[in-house]
Amino acid sequence: MAGHATKEIDAATLWGGKISPFSTSYGKLMMWFFLVSDALTFGGLLIAYGYTRHSAQDAWPIGEETFNSMPFLGHGYPLLYVALMTFILIVSSVTMVLAVEAGHRMDQKGVVKWMIATIIGGFFFVGSQAWEWSHFIHGTEFGKVELVDGSQAIVSGHFGEIENFEVIEAGHHHKKGEKITEDVMHEFQHAAAAGHITAGIITLHDGSKAKINKKDDEHMELIIKKDGLKHKVGEKMMEKEAVEAYYKAIYSGTPNKVIYGANLEQNEYGPQQYGQFFFFITGFHGFHVFSGVIINIIILLGVIMGTYHKRGHYEMVEKTGLYWHFVDLVWVFVFTFFYLV
Amino acid sequence: MERDDIIEYSLDGHHSEEAGKAIRKKIYTVTILLTVITIIEVLVGAKFGRATTSGMAWEMIKWGYIVLTLIKAGYIVLVFMHLGDEKKSLKYVILVPYFIFVLYLIFIALTEGLALGDIWNTYGG
Repeated sequence: MAGHATKEIDAATLWGGKISPFSTSYGKLMMWFFLVSDALTFGGLLIAYGYTRHSAQDAWPIGEETFNSMPFLGHGYPLLYVALMTFILIVSSVTMVLAVEAGHRMDQKGVVKWMIATIIGGFFFVGSQAWEWSHFIHGTEFGKVELVDGSQAIVSGHFGEIENFEVIEAGHHHKKGEKITEDVMHEFQHAAAAGHITAGIITLHDGSKAKINKKDDEHMELIIKKDGLKHKVGEKMMEKEAVEAYYKAIYSGTPNKVIYGANLEQNEYGPQQYGQFFFFITGFHGFHVFSGVIINIIILLGVIMGTYHKRGHYEMVEKTGLYWHFVDLVWVFVFTFFYLV
Repeated sequence: MERDDIIEYSLDGHHSEEAGKAIRKKIYTVTILLTVITIIEVLVGAKFGRATTSGMAWEMIKWGYIVLTLIKAGYIVLVFMHLGDEKKSLKYVILVPYFIFVLYLIFIALTEGLALGDIWNTYGG
């Protein structure tokens, strides 16, 4: 790049006042200073995460076990979705730097084109994150189970579909012999968590009792995450043994034997803090992305109206670009420390 | 009215068509590099994840991830954010705080975290 940044000026002139010792404009320098402080905030959050994780040791969830789903495709795709999100954000960073480059050539059309591409990429990322959050909050079909000996296990495999609830004892609402097919999965999870299922018989909200007609689960695997009297952390149970242990626990009629998904108090993936850090760190980053999209839109309007062209330079695009790249930069670290290691 | 006592640093960024071509080429090269690194990370994550790898092998993979992350971060900051083209003094003002405070904080927090975990494991939490 040509200009003051590469020109040799002796130190006495440089620091003697009147000119910027950094050879940058005030606005750009302030954007850098803001980013330095924002990076320290994210650094603090990630270090707090590292601290908690190191103190929890083996109980901490493993990224590729927790995040292995794809929209429309189901389970069994470890890390693919976050990788896609990372790729989207990197590409939008590239289009942003191309917009900045076009600005340096005073190519108004080029700036508009690349900024629109950047904004679309930003929306895609925010949307992906919404899906990811929704998936994280709703959880898996199996949930995390507390086995009879007090150990806790996460479950993988294919959940056999629930066909219906066959009422065997009438309540206020349902009659005997009725087959309920509506909203059965939701009802099932609710009852399992509340301890309303005993030996395959579910007690519904209206007090009626029903038999659960359900297809068999396939390839079930339990991975122990917390020691119990019999099972220890890291132990695995497969197929029949797993099915037996799983249903013994959730069909025991005692509440809180199974947790589905995540909220701020508990989650099925690991220690309580895991969910809190997930919501806070990815949420704070997502909020940055969202603000970045809004700022980009505002600057794009300025570009379209020719404000910066009249001004003689597109430095505003460069400044919003700095912010946008910073958001990408943070995600690179979140990706590594939250999902990979 | 033109003022000659104000230096318009914002105009320094301007470059010609030919210079633009070279810059764009660099941008595309970095894009391919960042994409390849991300693909490698995900493939390694799927094949040799924490669940299936342990001991020394996992330690090496973990440090590999950290090095790849720092390479990615370096390219984003130096090329995309153009910090590589700024004056040396500005580079130091931006980067030095992390080398002093963040490395120190990481060391303190992780050592403390591990010690706390050991205490919980030994005496119960």
